[in-house]
Amino acid sequence: MNVTSRITTLKELVFVGLGLNDEQGISLSGLEEAKTADHVFIELYTSLLPDFSMKRLEALVGKKVRVLQRFDLEEENGKLVLDSAEKGKTVFFVPGDPFIATTHVTLRMEAAKRGVKTRIVHGASIISAIIGLSGLHNYKFGKTVTVPFPENFSETPYKVIAQNKQLGLHTLCLLDIKVDENRFLTIKEALTMLMEIEQKKKLNIATSDTFAVGVARAGSNTPTLKADYLNELVTYDFGAPPQSLIFTGQLHFMEADALIAFAGAPPKLRSTVK
Amino acid sequence: MARYRQTDEIVKLMDNPTIIRNTSIIAHVDHGKTTLSDSLLAAAGIISTQTAGQKLFLDSWDLEQKRQMTVFASNVSLVHTLDEKDYLINLIDTPGHIDFSGAVTRSLRAVDGALVVVDAVEGPMTQTETVLMQALRERVKPILFINKVDRLIKEIKLTPQEIQRKFAKILLRVNTLIEKYAPAEHKKDWQVTVEDGRVAFGSALHKWGLNIDHMKMKKVTFQDIIDAYTGEPAEVGRKVDELSKKAPLPEPILDMFCKHLPNPFEAQPYRQPQIWPGDVDSPTGVGMAKVDPNAPLLMCISTIEVDPHSGTVAIGRIFSGSITKGKTVQLVSSHQKGQVQQVFMSMATDRVIIDRVPAGNIGAISGLPSIHVGETIAEDGIEVHSFEGLRYVSDPVVTVAVEPEDVKDLPLFDKVMHKLTTEDPNLHFHMNKESGEFLLSGMGELHLEITAYRMQEAGLKVKLSKPIVIYRETIGHDYTGPAVMGKSPNKHNKLWITIEKLSDEVIEAIKSEKITDMQSKDERTKILRGLGWAPDDAKGAVAVEENNILVNRIRGRQYVDEIIDHIKTGFREAVHTSPLAKEPAYGLKINLEDVTVHEDPVHRGPAQAIPMTWRPIYCTILLSNPKLLEPLMSFECKVPSEFVSSVITLLNKRRGKILDMPSEEDMITVKAEMPVSESFGIADILRSSTQGRAFWATQFSRWAPVPEQMQEETIKKIRERRGLPPTPPKPEEYFESE
Repeated sequence: MNVTSRITTLKELVFVGLGLNDEQGISLSGLEEAKTADHVFIELYTSLLPDFSMKRLEALVGKKVRVLQRFDLEEENGKLVLDSAEKGKTVFFVPGDPFIATTHVTLRMEAAKRGVKTRIVHGASIISAIIGLSGLHNYKFGKTVTVPFPENFSETPYKVIAQNKQLGLHTLCLLDIKVDENRFLTIKEALTMLMEIEQKKKLNIATSDTFAVGVARAGSNTPTLKADYLNELVTYDFGAPPQSLIFTGQLHFMEADALIAFAGAPPKLRSTVK
Repeated sequence: MARYRQTDEIVKLMDNPTIIRNTSIIAHVDHGKTTLSDSLLAAAGIISTQTAGQKLFLDSWDLEQKRQMTVFASNVSLVHTLDEKDYLINLIDTPGHIDFSGAVTRSLRAVDGALVVVDAVEGPMTQTETVLMQALRERVKPILFINKVDRLIKEIKLTPQEIQRKFAKILLRVNTLIEKYAPAEHKKDWQVTVEDGRVAFGSALHKWGLNIDHMKMKKVTFQDIIDAYTGEPAEVGRKVDELSKKAPLPEPILDMFCKHLPNPFEAQPYRQPQIWPGDVDSPTGVGMAKVDPNAPLLMCISTIEVDPHSGTVAIGRIFSGSITKGKTVQLVSSHQKGQVQQVFMSMATDRVIIDRVPAGNIGAISGLPSIHVGETIAEDGIEVHSFEGLRYVSDPVVTVAVEPEDVKDLPLFDKVMHKLTTEDPNLHFHMNKESGEFLLSGMGELHLEITAYRMQEAGLKVKLSKPIVIYRETIGHDYTGPAVMGKSPNKHNKLWITIEKLSDEVIEAIKSEKITDMQSKDERTKILRGLGWAPDDAKGAVAVEENNILVNRIRGRQYVDEIIDHIKTGFREAVHTSPLAKEPAYGLKINLEDVTVHEDPVHRGPAQAIPMTWRPIYCTILLSNPKLLEPLMSFECKVPSEFVSSVITLLNKRRGKILDMPSEEDMITVKAEMPVSESFGIADILRSSTQGRAFWATQFSRWAPVPEQMQEETIKKIRERRGLPPTPPKPEEYFESE
C-alpha cells in the first residue's frame, strides 16, 4: 500500500447510532468501527439514554471516548471531530439513529466540504420504536413535530396535529428535552399546553375527549404505554422520561385492536371504528 | 387677604371654575421664586410669616435648600379673598434648573397663567427667557414680578428715576418675548405694563411687594422705599419690617393672579387647539372647551410622586369631566386600564383625601402604579387622543456605579431606586448582569449628584464611582450591498438583513415618544407614514429600542410569527450592546429582508434565533463605516467682561466650541458647545477663575461623532474598561457563507 492511498483511507468520519437505552444498542458492525478507529467521540445532548454507562462503553470499544457538548458542534462547528477525522479514522456515537434528529447533517456537510469521507452505521430510532410499540401503522403517520418547553411557546404542534388529522393521519409528538439541565417535558405538561391552545383555536384538536397515546421510555427495558382520552391521559402516571405522544387520525380496525390489547385503550374504542 | 380654610370649603370652591386660577411661578435659578412662593403660603396661613423668607417651602428636599434652587415641581392650593369674593389658587412650582427642563413643559401644561420672576439687578436671564417662551407656546398668560429691588437701592444705589429706567428695560425685554411667542390674538393684550397693574416689584426676602394699584391704595412712593433702606443697619431693619407690614408681598401678587390671569372657562377654549390634538367636536373636546364636570374625563399628568402611604401618586390637571374615587380609567399613551384608588387635593405639604376633583382643577390620584409622567387619563371605553409633547425623555449621557455602603440596606436601596426612577423619567437604573454592578444613568454630573443626595435624604448611604460618559454607536452610511445573512448556531435557520440610517425627524419622534415600542401597530404605522416612510416599511416596524427601529420586510414565509419575538430579542441585544465598544446603537433602521426557518419548533427556539439576528446586525454595522458618537452639551455662561478670557480658556482646553458671544452692558454671554466627557469638574474651575461671578447652565445638546483621530483611542479605552480586547471585531467574524 503506498502512502497516498493510506492517508486517503484514514480521512474518514463514521456516524454510529447508539440505539435507545444504553451502550448495548450499538450494532456489532458499529462496535467494530469504533474498535478500529483512531478517535472516538460521543454526544449525549440530543436524546436521553436511560441506562447508558460511559465506563461500560469505553470498556467495550477499548479506548477513550470524548464527550462533545452542543457548544462544540454548534458554536465551534464540530471543529474537534473534523480535525480528528482529517488525521485518522474517527467514529462519532449519536443516540438513536444518527440523522433522525436533523442536527448532525450540518456536521456531515462540513466533513464533505473538507473532503472527509463519511459513512453511517444506523441504530434503532425512537420513531420506529414508538410506532412499533403502539401497534399503529407506519403508513398512516403524517408530519412529526416537537412540543417545545413553555418558554419557547409555539402553536406549531397544534397546527401540525390539525393538518395531519384533516388527512386522517396520526401525529407523532416528540417532547422537548434539555439533557444538560436534566429537564424533560412531560406528557402532562404537553397536553396542558395543547389544551390551552385549544381554548383559543377551538379546532377540536385537543379537547378532554380527544383520543391519544402516551409513550414513555420507548426502547428501554421498562416502556410504558397508555392510550386514552385526554382527560384521563393527563392524570396518568407515565414514570421517568423520556416521554412522547401520538395523536391518532382515522384508526384502522387493526390499530384499534392493537391499542386495546397493548396500550390499555378503553374497549369502547373498538365501537368507533369499522 | 388669604386665610386658612377647611377642606370642605375648598372642595365647594372647586365646582366654580370662574373663581379658579391655575398658576405657576417661573424664573431663572436664584431669582427668588421659592422665597416668593413661601410668602404666598404664609399668607394662606399654611406656614407662619416668620419662617417665610428663610424656609424654602416648595423645595421638598434639603438639598434644594442648600443649593438654593428648586429641583422638582410641587403643588399647593390656597384661597384668596378679593373684593369679598373667594378665589381658589392652585400653584404649581416649576423647576428652575435647566437640567430638568422636561418637567417645566409638563408643569406649564397644567396652568393657565404664570408669574415671571426676574431679578432686578441681573434682568431676564437665559433660563427666564427659555421658560417664558415655553409658557407662551403653551398659551399660558404671563404677569411679572421684579424681585430683589432692595439690591438696586443698597448695592447699586440707584435713584427713583434710575430704578424706573431699569424696570422699563426689563419690561421691554419681557414684552419683546411676548410679542414674539404669544398666540397671534394675544400678542398685544398680553403685553405687561406697570400702569395696568400687571407688574409688581419688591423684595421676596424682605417680604414686601407692590404694584401700581397697591402703591396708590397704600400711598407708598419709590422715595419711601429708598428711605426705608437708608440709615444705620438697625434702623433699616426696623423700617424694612414696617414696609413689609404696610405693603406685604402676597397682597399685590395674589390680587394680580385673580384680576389678571384667566380662569379655566376663559383659558381652556383658546388653549385647547394648542395642547390637545383630539377632535374638538367629540364629547371630550366639547367637555374641555366648556370645562364640563359631567363630560367624559380628560386629565393630563404632570408629576408623579412615590409616597410611603399611598404608593405612586399622579398629579395633574383635569380638563374635562371629573376624577372620582374608584373610577375605571384608561391610560391613553400606554394602552392600559386602571382603577383610581384615592383622589387627593393639595393643602401645602398635606395631601387631603377627597371624593372627586372636577374639571378646571389640579388633583392627584393613586392606584395606577405603572403610570408615567405626561400620561393622559381618559374616560374608559371611548376613543380619545393623548396630550402631545409632554414626555421628552432625554438620552442619559453619564453613568455612575452605585452601591449601598452597607449590604443590609439592599431592600431599602431597591425601594429608594424605585421611587426616584418613577418620579424622574430621565433617571435610568439597571443592573449590569456581567459585573453585578448597579448603574445609575442621567443627564449630567449634577443630575446624578442631586440623585445621590436624595438617596442620602431617604436614609440610604451609598458609594458612587467616578462618572462615566455614555457613548452611542451608529453607521457612517446606509448599507448598500446584498443583504447580509445570519445563520442560527445549528445552521438550520437563516436570516437576511440590511441597515439604513434613520432620519433626524424619526429619531426626534422616538425621543418625544410619538413613536414607542408600546403603541399599537396602526398608530406607529400612521406616524411613520406621516414622516415619509413607504407603506410597507411603516407597516413592518415591529420593534423600537434605544432610538432604533426594527422593520420586518419578510413576506410569504412560514413560521415568521413564531420566531419574530426571538428576532426582536436579538435586535434588542444588538442595539443595546453594539460591536464597536458595546455601547448602545443610535438611529439605525434594521430591515429583516428574508428568512428560512426550520420546520420544527425546537430547532428554531430562542437559542437559535437570537444569535441568528444579532450576528448579521453586527456584521452589517461593521461593514457600514461604524462611528462612535459622544454626547455634546450646550453651555451658556453669563460673566462680567473682565472674566470672559478665563471662560474662553476653559472652553479651549476642553474641546469647547464657541457659538456666539453677545454682550450687554458689562456682561458677556458665552454660548458654546462642549463634549460631556470634557465637562467633569467645570463647576469648581468656573467658580475659582471668575471669583464666583459666572452664571452658567448646561444642557444636553446632541450626539456627534467622536473626532476621527480620537475614535480608535476612545473605543480602546471603553473596551478595556469593559474587559474586552482593545480592538473591535472585524466584520468577517460575523459573516456566514452559504
